[in-house]
Amino acid sequence: MDFSGLINDFGPLTVTGLAQGAIIALFALGYTLVYGVLRLINFAHSEVFLLGTYACLFVWGLFGLDQNSATPSVGPMLLYMVIGLIAAIVVSGATALTVEFVAYRPLRRRNAPPLAFLITAIGASLFISEVVGVTTHRNQTGVPPIIQARPLFTIGDTTVTNLQVLIILLALVMMFALDRFINGSRLGRGVRAVAQNPDSAALMGVNKSRVIALVFLLGGLMAGIAAVMYDLKIGVTRYDAGFLLGIDAFTAAVLGGIGNLRGALLGGLLLGVLQNYAAGLFGSQWLHAASFVLLVVILLFRPTGLLGESLGRSRA
Amino acid sequence: MRQVLARAIGGVAIIGLIAGAAACNSGSSSDDTASEGNCGYKLAFFGALTGSAANLGVNIEQGFELAIDQYNKSKGSTCIEVAKFDSQGEASVAPGVARSLVADKKILGIVGPPFSGESEAADPIFESAGIPTITPSATRVSLSSKGWKVFHRAVANDDAQGPAAAAYIKDNLKATKVFVADDQSAYGAGLAEVVKTKLGALVVATDKTEGDGKQADFSALVQKVQSSGATALFYGGYYTNAGIIRKQLTAAGWKGTLLGGDGMKDPGLSKASGVQAAVGTVVTCPCSPPEAAGGTFVNDYKAKWNQDAGTYSDVAFDAANIFLQGIDAGNNTTTKLNDYLKTVNYKGIANTYKFTETGELDPNFIKVWAFKFDSSGDAKADVEIKTS
Repeated sequence: MDFSGLINDFGPLTVTGLAQGAIIALFALGYTLVYGVLRLINFAHSEVFLLGTYACLFVWGLFGLDQNSATPSVGPMLLYMVIGLIAAIVVSGATALTVEFVAYRPLRRRNAPPLAFLITAIGASLFISEVVGVTTHRNQTGVPPIIQARPLFTIGDTTVTNLQVLIILLALVMMFALDRFINGSRLGRGVRAVAQNPDSAALMGVNKSRVIALVFLLGGLMAGIAAVMYDLKIGVTRYDAGFLLGIDAFTAAVLGGIGNLRGALLGGLLLGVLQNYAAGLFGSQWLHAASFVLLVVILLFRPTGLLGESLGRSRA
Repeated sequence: MRQVLARAIGGVAIIGLIAGAAACNSGSSSDDTASEGNCGYKLAFFGALTGSAANLGVNIEQGFELAIDQYNKSKGSTCIEVAKFDSQGEASVAPGVARSLVADKKILGIVGPPFSGESEAADPIFESAGIPTITPSATRVSLSSKGWKVFHRAVANDDAQGPAAAAYIKDNLKATKVFVADDQSAYGAGLAEVVKTKLGALVVATDKTEGDGKQADFSALVQKVQSSGATALFYGGYYTNAGIIRKQLTAAGWKGTLLGGDGMKDPGLSKASGVQAAVGTVVTCPCSPPEAAGGTFVNDYKAKWNQDAGTYSDVAFDAANIFLQGIDAGNNTTTKLNDYLKTVNYKGIANTYKFTETGELDPNFIKVWAFKFDSSGDAKADVEIKTS
């Protein structure tokens, strides 16, 4: 164990961990939203994210950008960012809706048992991931350096870059907006109503199918933003990128309390930071193992996660 | 009933034909020995000619075929025939192909298999048939410890790379602070361990990562490298992880040199990291750059195949010539040829070859080169590393 290393690098490990955690948190929202309403783990959500990472690469490619391009100046950079975000959001949102319409809705109509949903979820996930794998020959694709990471300010001896600030801020803003939307808007009230009691909500005139579609769409939008942030931070994507980060995101959702939006944020940030601390203390090979030990320990004491398991129930 | 009878008769007939053919073979070849001066035999290439690994296989096959062509020209006839067997580089395909190879009794020697995985699958079959093999490129260390008498390796094995990489870091790079990391694979961890031991006090810190495809965020590793003050990072692993690590190191502003073994010698590294970030990355390889081969090989190869000689083309050319020289000296059975390989001391265009008891290249002739990624996005020959 390398305590001196952890103490020396504590600041930088925290900052990079928070940035990674912010991406995980945005990703985790999709799991939490769908679970909150349908009590269903949407395993295909990892591929909703995956297609987002490729969507922005694709549109950037249309502008002639690839991994060897030079970093653009501020004007074009903003343009590329906006276009990349839109592309990723559209593709991820559309994928999430497609999965709902193709893989889940027909089963719901037939009152299929929960196990059937689980199987179609895994099937949809594998299908999309494999299609991407085959079409990309399972090679990695490098991301164009849209944003050059530059030191923005320093706290003590910890340098914080513009990219890290962007990722963390964007995640916080999106979380806040989503939280307001679910807790403050009419549509959000519908979501909470269906989460609380689907049958009563339907009797009260809430269109259940529309709410479910909305929830998938919202999860997809958040995953799209997470995908662009991931591309910029990691710098490379490939066909199993969604699966890899999906495990972290799902863990974060459970850690914070699945079905709980604020829990997803807390779980994501906590997981990102703790993985980095574990890597600093024990070596990078313990990164994932440590996060699962933590998950088990926390669930032992708080079986419903840190903030409890509810979408709106506690604050309805 | 009639069908069964027909099959039985057919079967007997086929067996008879094969036996007859075999008898003819042995008879005619002994005649050839007397009359045509050790002609009428075949040398085989065994390796990938199609599939994802075909690039390397074709390099080797073309070098091999060129040697036989030149030999036949010097004899004025098709004295030795070329036989090609496409294993696709797959350990699952190789055994079936190997069985059809050993059925051809005119084959006296095999150049191949190029990869370690297919070698483990196919070499036992060549061993039981007693056909001598020379692999120009399979570098897994354990291949020579299986007790195969027909196994010969014309290049250094993976063990040679660690000391060479350490020597390069010390002598060429002159780095005084080195960070060593690996991906916990048998290949990567083994390589990193040797580098660590050889560098001793120059190693300021170490870390381990997950294997390929199991980790994408290396920010903890990047942070450790930065705060260690190291100017060189040796990574025992493959190009997949190395490309991401190089990219994230560059993004974090680390300006040191990334080094690795031949597992990182692939354009895939710069495809992930971007060419600019990859420039200057150094990989070692127990191979010589083909353009450094002696004699007229480089021009001859280009003239025959209308492309430049690739990695291991030169070694395959030498391997074929070792067999040809042996056959020319009258070693016209597989047993004699295999015994001949034990005594060979052959100076070829890429190297001088002498084999140890276990079929390894004599340690005195081991060559390891450093290759450096340049702005083409691929690793180009840098210097030959002196380990002794």
